[in-house]
Amino acid sequence: MAVAEAHDLYRARFDALAARREATDPIWLAPIRARAMQRFVALGFPTTRHEEWRFTNIAPIAATAFAEPSITAVDRSTIAPFDVRGMSCTRLVFVNGHFSEALSSAGALGAGVRATNLATVLAVDPGLVDPYITRCASDEDQALVALNTAFAHDGAVIHVPARTVVPDPIHVIYLSTTSGAPTVSHPRTTIVVGDQSQVKIIESYGGPDGEVYFTNAVTEVVGGAGSHVEHVRVQRESLSAYHVANTQVRLDRAAVYAQHSFVFGGALARNDIGAWLGAEGIHCTLNGLYLASGTRLVDTHTAIDHAKPHCESHEVYKGMLDGASRGVFNGKIFVRLDAQKTDAKQTNKVLLLSDDATINTKPQLEIFADDVKCTHGATVGQLDETQLFYLRARGIGEAQARAMLVHAFASEVIDHVSLEPLRDSLESTLLTLLPKAALIG
Amino acid sequence: MSTSTDTIEQLATQEYKYGFVTDVESEIVPRGLSEATVRAISQKKNEPEWLLEWRLRAFRAWLEMAEPAWHNVHYPAIDYQDIIYYSAPKPKKQLASMDEVDPEIRATFKKLGIPLDEQMRLSGIAVDAVFDSVSVATTFKDKLKDLGIIFCSFSEAVLEHPDLVRQYLGTVVPHTDNFFAALNSAVFSDGSFCYVPKGVRCPMELSTYFRINAKDTGQFERTLLVADEGAFVSYLEGCTAPIRDENQLHAAVVELVALDGATIKYSTVQNWYPGNKDGVGGIYNFVTKRGKAMANAKITWTQVETGSAITWKYPSCILQGDNAVGEFYSVAVTNNMQQADTGTKMVHLGKNTRSTIVSKGISAGKGQNTYRGLVKINKGAAGSRNYSQCDSLLIGDRCGAHTFPYIEVKNPSSTVEHEASTSKIGEDQIFYLRQRGLSTEDAVNMIVNGFCKEVFRELPMEFAVEAQKLLGISLEGSVG
Repeated sequence: MAVAEAHDLYRARFDALAARREATDPIWLAPIRARAMQRFVALGFPTTRHEEWRFTNIAPIAATAFAEPSITAVDRSTIAPFDVRGMSCTRLVFVNGHFSEALSSAGALGAGVRATNLATVLAVDPGLVDPYITRCASDEDQALVALNTAFAHDGAVIHVPARTVVPDPIHVIYLSTTSGAPTVSHPRTTIVVGDQSQVKIIESYGGPDGEVYFTNAVTEVVGGAGSHVEHVRVQRESLSAYHVANTQVRLDRAAVYAQHSFVFGGALARNDIGAWLGAEGIHCTLNGLYLASGTRLVDTHTAIDHAKPHCESHEVYKGMLDGASRGVFNGKIFVRLDAQKTDAKQTNKVLLLSDDATINTKPQLEIFADDVKCTHGATVGQLDETQLFYLRARGIGEAQARAMLVHAFASEVIDHVSLEPLRDSLESTLLTLLPKAALIG
Repeated sequence: MSTSTDTIEQLATQEYKYGFVTDVESEIVPRGLSEATVRAISQKKNEPEWLLEWRLRAFRAWLEMAEPAWHNVHYPAIDYQDIIYYSAPKPKKQLASMDEVDPEIRATFKKLGIPLDEQMRLSGIAVDAVFDSVSVATTFKDKLKDLGIIFCSFSEAVLEHPDLVRQYLGTVVPHTDNFFAALNSAVFSDGSFCYVPKGVRCPMELSTYFRINAKDTGQFERTLLVADEGAFVSYLEGCTAPIRDENQLHAAVVELVALDGATIKYSTVQNWYPGNKDGVGGIYNFVTKRGKAMANAKITWTQVETGSAITWKYPSCILQGDNAVGEFYSVAVTNNMQQADTGTKMVHLGKNTRSTIVSKGISAGKGQNTYRGLVKINKGAAGSRNYSQCDSLLIGDRCGAHTFPYIEVKNPSSTVEHEASTSKIGEDQIFYLRQRGLSTEDAVNMIVNGFCKEVFRELPMEFAVEAQKLLGISLEGSVG
């Protein structure tokens, strides 16, 4: 299917939905959707001629006529692999982009905290998302965000009022199921955390292996003054699936935000993460780990925008590439004109485990203020010979020593997650994915 | 020094006479660029047929190309049809004494500590017999000839060593390489050519300074350096003295060929007119520099970029042979309204190839300094290694420093390391030096020179000394 046809497909689908939308959407959303559709048609699917997509060819996404999935009921066992065992939490489950009340469950939330879904909010209380939706993630120049805005009908909405500590973490699970033909879902997550509030949120994406589908996710996070947010993203999509996600974070004065992103799945996985540090004293952490093998492509683009003085940002991204997989990393740090006393650190490490793996990495600093500390470091290589020697000198066989070092490299990112059951769950997923993990006893 | 208003005015108007051209009508190719222009240039230079063909191919390729827009520099659109692409070497107005020279330039000379005779030569003053640099140069030329080293202007080489030129021209920077390289290939006026035969170690630093008939090479300069197997050559380009030019657009091409086991050291000091405080005037410098290193060969680029309103250059190394080494050391200074987008490309093709990148960017005033680099390790480049370091120093709160390092690795046995930092001159550092009796300006100079030490170390000694002073001048008025 040519790209022009792909646009027509989405355009026609959008027009067909218009009547139904009128019934469900609040009045203010119609122009937003119309404009988003218009932007998508104008921008088109990005191509490799686009600097931001230079190494990531999404032609297979543009070329596939993804169908809209129907509402399917699945039983509890389907979500088990993506759930975190032993963690008491509020669970919001979406199957093929639709909220599943039956699979969701409430944990301890605290007074006034809302953990619900977008479709319900739009129907009964649209004012809850009105001030936030499309305010963080702009439809202006991101075609796939625009596509999400045009079509998104459901997703998690988490609203924490001011001065509230949410005791249990909130786990949002986006699940895709077997459906015969390739389908597309556009989950839209809105997270609003009031001043001085605290919350831990886990966003999980998953689907049955071998299944071809396209997840086009957009997550918007607004962190109020002095808020503390820990945000963990776990992507365990099918190894044949396409996953494009855009997370945009806006933080207010002295907010503390930490994101840990784990990318384990997807034939083509693209993650855009942007943080806007729009007030003083913000601490922002973006950590990530990605694993790829076979012919998979994992692309991560992060952008931290220091717009105001006295903010700190820390970023550690690690990648492990095996087989003929490809990794792309682009970490941008902007320091605006008056953002003095900024302290920004970025580290990007990549391990190439095979002869055919490729990495394209581009750490990028753009600095317009003089009294700042900004560093970035990028390394690409193989395991350290001296570390291998150390282990071998202690009687550990080479294969086992390698496995141990590879494991240590990856698990460093997991160690930063504060929720213990989640750490354990990530650790066990890691062990199933690492080559020769059986050797680590 | 007491100067009456009269002389000040006189001097002020004199600035525009600088590099004055008298009657050159007959020697100019008409304004604009077409096949006829390319043919006219080639004809005026009595070039052989093959070179004309090559120029025309480049011109046709250029027509198909679009001016790049990916860089991080901004300038008004250039009208390529409003440029005179060739004019015969301009007879510079001979001045009678140093008093006639622009006082600003004289002051700079003094600060750089350039000897008087050299000052005169650079200013275009008739030098008396004692200081005749031509005779000095002749002695050098004889010495080079004995060793079989060819070092002459590009036009001379085309006529006298056509086979060598033909063999290597465009092998590193093809005529279709990029917009500005294609433009240069079509209309290049002159430049330098150097060939060092097998196993010969060039006994002196070569520089255009010593090249006989080193006329004004104009805005489209082309340099080709070939070091045959096992040869060594160190080449200096540019000079620290301020250079003003009426041509705003400069698009030069430099090609280096280091055959097996050869070493080429290429050092540049660029100090073209950067424009005034508001960025008016100033040279646009779009340069393509690339070297090809065969087995066991080594290419070192060292550059100190302080001039030009816009600097756009990426001296690169293609490490084609096994064990080849590429190095890039750079200091780029942007002050006032200057913009620089510079860096390097290291393309590792051979096994066990190594590259080092040390880039120091200094921004002051409203200057914007960009490092843009590529480290590419191809599949076959087993055991390759790269170390990159790019540091930025910001002076003032209205300037910018940007880094765009691209890293592409396709080989697991290679190691790539990249580090970047941005910092400013600490109050405490300045305070420490001020306490010890240094003026703020001297303190800043000292700190900046310390920051750039790793690069200056790579420059030939005399160059390094001058470069340090030059840095001080370029940053004048940016502190306090």
